[in-house]
Amino acid sequence: MSLFANTTVLLGKELRTEFRSRELLTTTIVFILIVLVLFSFTFDPLSDEARRFGAGLLWLAFLFAASLMLQPCFLREQTNDTLSALRLSVSDPFAIFLAKLAANTLFLLLTELLLLPIFAVMYNVRVLPVLHWIALVFFLGSLGVSIAGTALSAISAQARMRELLLPLLLLPLLTPILIASTEVTSALLDRSPYVQWKGVGFLVAFDVVFLTALWLFGEYLLEE
Amino acid sequence: MWKRGFVGAAVLSLVAASAYASFFIAPTERTMGLIQRIFYFHAASAWAGMTAFSVCFVANLLYVWRRQPKWDSLGVSAAEVGLAFITIVLITGPIWAKPVWGIYWTWDARLTSTFVLWLLYISYLLLRTLIEEPDRRALLSALFGIFAFLDVPLVFGAIRWWRTQHPAPVIMGGPGSGLEPTMRAVFFFSVFALHALMAFLIVERYGLEKLRVELEIVRREAEAV
Amino acid sequence: MTPPAVRSTSIRFEDIDKRYGGLYALRRVSLEVAAGECIVLAGRNGSGKTTLLRIAARLVRPSAGKLSFSAQGSDESTVAKSIGFVAHATMVYDDLTAEENLLLFARLQGIAQPVQRVEELLRDVGLFDRRGSLVRTFSRGMRQRVAIARALLNAPGILLLDEPATGLDPQGTAWLAETLRRMGDAGCTIVMSLHGESEISALATRAIRLDAGAVVADTRSGADLRSILAFADA
Repeated sequence: MSLFANTTVLLGKELRTEFRSRELLTTTIVFILIVLVLFSFTFDPLSDEARRFGAGLLWLAFLFAASLMLQPCFLREQTNDTLSALRLSVSDPFAIFLAKLAANTLFLLLTELLLLPIFAVMYNVRVLPVLHWIALVFFLGSLGVSIAGTALSAISAQARMRELLLPLLLLPLLTPILIASTEVTSALLDRSPYVQWKGVGFLVAFDVVFLTALWLFGEYLLEE
Repeated sequence: MWKRGFVGAAVLSLVAASAYASFFIAPTERTMGLIQRIFYFHAASAWAGMTAFSVCFVANLLYVWRRQPKWDSLGVSAAEVGLAFITIVLITGPIWAKPVWGIYWTWDARLTSTFVLWLLYISYLLLRTLIEEPDRRALLSALFGIFAFLDVPLVFGAIRWWRTQHPAPVIMGGPGSGLEPTMRAVFFFSVFALHALMAFLIVERYGLEKLRVELEIVRREAEAV
Repeated sequence: MTPPAVRSTSIRFEDIDKRYGGLYALRRVSLEVAAGECIVLAGRNGSGKTTLLRIAARLVRPSAGKLSFSAQGSDESTVAKSIGFVAHATMVYDDLTAEENLLLFARLQGIAQPVQRVEELLRDVGLFDRRGSLVRTFSRGMRQRVAIARALLNAPGILLLDEPATGLDPQGTAWLAETLRRMGDAGCTIVMSLHGESEISALATRAIRLDAGAVVADTRSGADLRSILAFADA
């Protein structure tokens, strides 16, 4: 079976499992909401400051949420050693990663887009005119988060204190995503919005670098 | 045994010599005065730290490829030594900043990036403490080390592009930027001395690591009986 | 029952070492498993049976040595795909139904006409009526049947089983023995680890005893075979 075919089948499994229980999605959405509300207590959400800080807070919330949401990614494959079953069945182990990171990107994107209107209302920013650009930066940023997060989740699943370990490993690594995504989003939410192409390009570069690294080293992450 | 002592003494003399040069040979800088001398130590430590992390990266790659424990030992040794130098950078930065800018931490682009770098390699070492089995520990930390090193240019790039818009003071000018010849000579001598120290420390730490690995094997065999 | 897709597969272990840190789980293990043999691995817990099976299933890399498969008329990579593995864990998803689980693995392996194959297997293992139930709701014995069905999906030429009768009631054990007998008759090479004698061990044509990672006994003779099994837990 080709890489594409395997990935599609596995992606189907990931989506089916999640949409059946919706555990990850609901907890992630609620977590981001909590963080946004808590942040609002630390400054005046309707001031001009909020407008400037808003994008950063949003991405910070996304990053925290992602570092929690990505933990079960490989942990759940340990339950009945289904990871071994997958390794035995697929022709290319990279399919396992591709499927998981595609699913994770999708889940992240879904929660982000669902929360966008709430964020816009809470922090008084206009998102409709630039919605498609925001969707783009959400996608590129979430893709980067998922790629790194899926890879590191495979590592942390094999260590002790895995709940604390994944955020510890992931958050410093994602600093470039936080910076670039915040910059691009912030520019889009500005009084006179514009697209920061440098940032978009940077996000693409990050995604390419880490996807390539995952492709090169993925199978070693799955070794017993 | 004597050879190690001799090399150690030679390295320490080099470092002492570079300290002497920093304090007494280099001319006093015009605007910042005496405190600027810390630059020789600060910037050279940054270079030595980066070199150590590069050694760690290569060791990580070699371990994943060949799976020989010596590469894992080299990786952890280089990471620890690198972290030590980076810690020096993070300490000397504020020491320099306070008298010059009045505040300890200025969110200077390079220093901030260095802090993230420090966090990444602390995570590398922390990861190692959380995996018991030696082969797993070696492989997984090597893989994380590779990802972390690939991230470094992205971290520095992002911070430099977007966090230097803010009027943050630059801690030190880059080497060679406006450095008059004597200063430049002292700087490169410091770089050389600290690299020698770095190499010596890595070798020593590597020796220690090999002993520790042997001890662990003996202990496990004893427990198994 | 579909006959094995690949027949007459032999396995060769050459000087296989497996080290974990300084400890040897397997030490210079060399074995030739002939095509169509049915081998029982015996030995205490920790003797290396599971490690050997997982290496054979290519889930674990040996620290040293070489593993090879061969079958007439097939190249090595095709043969390697024709391995069925049953482990201690069930290796199926609790949150999917029996049918969904098998369909998933069937599709991943590129099995032709997966829906029919899955239906056939579900009937064979006696779970056709429960195919739409989540595996989470199954008893241990039923889960083991799903696990075995998963291993049989691609009609493997090699079956590797690690204590496959775990959790099976006498009826289940009888069914497993019958299934293995049919697979063996069709030419499948079987290597399984067992504790003690049973209807399943009676199928074996060869017994190998491992102790502390090394082969200490290897016999095809009936009497010695039974004695190896009898002392399996000694």
